Amino acid sequence: MLAKLMSYFLLGLIRFLTGAQARWHGCPPKAEQRIYFANHQSHADLVMIWAALPKELRHITRAIAAKDYWTKTPFRQWITTAVFHVIYVSRDRSSDEDPLEPLIDALSNGDSIILFPEGTRGHTGEPQAFKAGLYNLATRFPNVVLVPAWINNVQHVLPKGEVVPVPVLCSVTFGAPMQVAESEDRRAFLDRARHAVVALRDV
Amino acid sequence: MYFYLKNLGPTQQVGALFIIVFGLLLLSSIVAFVMSLRDYGDDEAGDRRRRELKNLDGVIRTSWFMVFVFWVGWLSGPLVALTLFGGVSFFALREFMTLSPTRRGDHRSLVLAFFVVLPLQYWLVASEHFDMFAVFIPVYVFLALPVASALANDPLRFLERNAKLQWGIMVCIYGMSHVPALLMLKFPGYDHKNAFMVFFLVLVVQFCMAIQHLVSRKLKLPPAAPAISQSFNWPSWWIGVFIASLFGALLAGITPWVPGTAFAFSFIACVAGSMGHFVMKALKRDRGIPSWGGEMRAVTGAGGLLDRVDALCFAAPVFFHSARWYFDL
Repeated sequence: MLAKLMSYFLLGLIRFLTGAQARWHGCPPKAEQRIYFANHQSHADLVMIWAALPKELRHITRAIAAKDYWTKTPFRQWITTAVFHVIYVSRDRSSDEDPLEPLIDALSNGDSIILFPEGTRGHTGEPQAFKAGLYNLATRFPNVVLVPAWINNVQHVLPKGEVVPVPVLCSVTFGAPMQVAESEDRRAFLDRARHAVVALRDV
Repeated sequence: MYFYLKNLGPTQQVGALFIIVFGLLLLSSIVAFVMSLRDYGDDEAGDRRRRELKNLDGVIRTSWFMVFVFWVGWLSGPLVALTLFGGVSFFALREFMTLSPTRRGDHRSLVLAFFVVLPLQYWLVASEHFDMFAVFIPVYVFLALPVASALANDPLRFLERNAKLQWGIMVCIYGMSHVPALLMLKFPGYDHKNAFMVFFLVLVVQFCMAIQHLVSRKLKLPPAAPAISQSFNWPSWWIGVFIASLFGALLAGITPWVPGTAFAFSFIACVAGSMGHFVMKALKRDRGIPSWGGEMRAVTGAGGLLDRVDALCFAAPVFFHSARWYFDL
């Protein structure tokens, strides 16, 4: 109940501040299993892309969040589990377990996921190089549709280190689905995926 | 028409205006709908007609929305009206700032603009501190915001960034807040009818913009400043201002003025409004966009609200101050 209210509050807030416009440029919103991957510049990215999805898809689409940061306080943990149903991944590589394990579980369950392949929030405007996770998941689940997305302007809403958000119009552009080509190697695919995301900035 | 309107009681005046305005809107909606049923074919001319129709449809829809908002504000008293206009200010400023890219160092000043300056300005209206209300933004905010920006320690394009923010605040907050401020003035012998003044201003200015648009489309004269606007030329500007002022004189019955004075005040508001609209066009050209919504809609989600209200934002302060001066309030 509280989680539901919180989700409505966050939805209302993000619409009030940014308009949260979704532009389905390369594909329609559809209830198939998908991996959405997008540029990452702000904490608000997660809420933005989540608000841009239609209500029906919001329940079956789960975002990835860093375990160490998002479980630090009870409030952060509550908001990420009860409201967003995120998948936690641990960022420290000391543990023996495969960091992709939780994602593989989620995809095996039939959930769609939202991935920020840069790994961390950038602040230059240009996305950094993508990490290998996207490629590994894509080759492991060839039937899952890969949808690139560009989140525009969000870095102006809440730059790193600020507390009060500023109203700026933002949008999420979803591009045409892509796939790992036959015998395409990891670096080539990751660069292609990154270009697909950046290209959506100008459409 | 003047005596007819003047002799009605306030409630009857409201009723008469209600019928006139909603009737006109309904009529234009029906005409647009019937026109949309026609088959225009697939050639270039057909495409152009369809685009024009879409444009018209947008204008009608905004008018419905504005009239509706206006009526709600009317029915529920000045405080609700103030909140509504505050909302319009907020969304217009959001559009303005989206299309004037800011840097990280502006974050604090933007927070101040949206969450401190805007509510304070409207609070000054509500509490009728008219002397403070007139100088708050041009004098105090003019100093305070650059200080916040300078403290962010980023000198790159400092003047340009601050000028943009200042302009956004002047147009979207200062200009807009003068519209509901009309509700708070105490005109002699004009009790509880101030909402008519707001209505009068909005209607006359929008009428002027519509007439200018139509006339310049029909006359197809060479534009006065083609790099700024393809549609702006002096003859259609004069025609628009003159016809709208005549229209204002016709509506004198709902104002505290006789037709001649109403004509003069409409004239002032129309000149300020249409010139302001022209200036905003220059700003848009500077940003390389045809309208605040329009082509950029795709990228920013901007709905083009500012396109519709910019004339009002420039007309309202001039109208307000001249009315105050005229009645020595």
